[in-house]
Amino acid sequence: MIPDGTPIWPVIILLGIGTFFFRFSFLALVGERELPEWVLRHLRYTAVAVMPALITPLVFFPPATNGELDPARLAAAAVTLGVGVTTKNVLWAVISGAATLYGLLWLLG
Amino acid sequence: MSTTAKSAFWQGVRDGFPFMLVVAPFGLLFGVVGSEAGLSLLEVMSFSVLVIAGSAQFTAVQLMIEEAPTIIVVLTALAVNLRMAMYSASLAPHLGRAPIWQRAVIAYFMVDQTYALSQTKYDENPSWPISTKVSYFIGAMAPVCPFWYIATLLGAVIGSAIPPEYALDFAIPITFLALVAPALRTLPHVIAAFVSGVMALVFIGLPFSLNIIVAAIIAMLVGAQAEVFLSKRTST
Repeated sequence: MIPDGTPIWPVIILLGIGTFFFRFSFLALVGERELPEWVLRHLRYTAVAVMPALITPLVFFPPATNGELDPARLAAAAVTLGVGVTTKNVLWAVISGAATLYGLLWLLG
Repeated sequence: MSTTAKSAFWQGVRDGFPFMLVVAPFGLLFGVVGSEAGLSLLEVMSFSVLVIAGSAQFTAVQLMIEEAPTIIVVLTALAVNLRMAMYSASLAPHLGRAPIWQRAVIAYFMVDQTYALSQTKYDENPSWPISTKVSYFIGAMAPVCPFWYIATLLGAVIGSAIPPEYALDFAIPITFLALVAPALRTLPHVIAAFVSGVMALVFIGLPFSLNIIVAAIIAMLVGAQAEVFLSKRTST
């Protein structure tokens, strides 16, 4: 749960403005000017650099189990990643991961 | 052979159509996760309409759950969206001369799917007039973005009916793992992702969830360096 009193609207509005700014940035400047190669090279890795950092702590120390390593969640993460890498299909990866999680939670009671 | 603006629009619609199947479940999931996290219907919908970037929206919700300060929530979620600047730069040579209001509309609807489709199409048809290129983009957007809103709305309505004890805490990690996996297409991407995960654990003691930004910066630098290093090795 998001705690009561968290400023939610500032997050939505700042994130909306900032994201639009990124999207509009080079289109707004008109023209053919290109980003230097070294900038593009770093931008290529932003998504794979941010997302694992966000989830790795949650995978190993899930808040739902008070930070205790949890076999069901760990297995679900491994299955999701495995299916995602082999099939390259986001949807199948999610479905397999969710099935593993709920299957194991149910089995392990 | 000429492609009219109208036929380009319909080509875009056809090409964008399959992505409905990807966008709809994520919109649904965001609606569910957002309302389970305690966001009101209006707040959930505002996320999807004002931000239209699923990964960043999930990031923001997760960090608010973790009680990170607002500035960290915004900066981390924006970092997820930095790639949009790259999309903007790579579409600029094709669309940079369209009227400013059209460029603003395109910018608003610039998501992973519309970008990838348009970029591919423009590279195949560099001589298309600007108006044709714009029409294709709008066509590709038409089956994708509206479904993002509708799916979010549905998810939010469903989510408010799901009791909180259904282990939805793990919806965000599963979603992100599924999104990251297909992005691991080169060795530098794999290295960056690995470094990112390890560094987030190494710096887990930092306050305000700062470990994520620190890990992301290190991972980005390492990924870019790995690319340079590997391309030098293969070219010599």
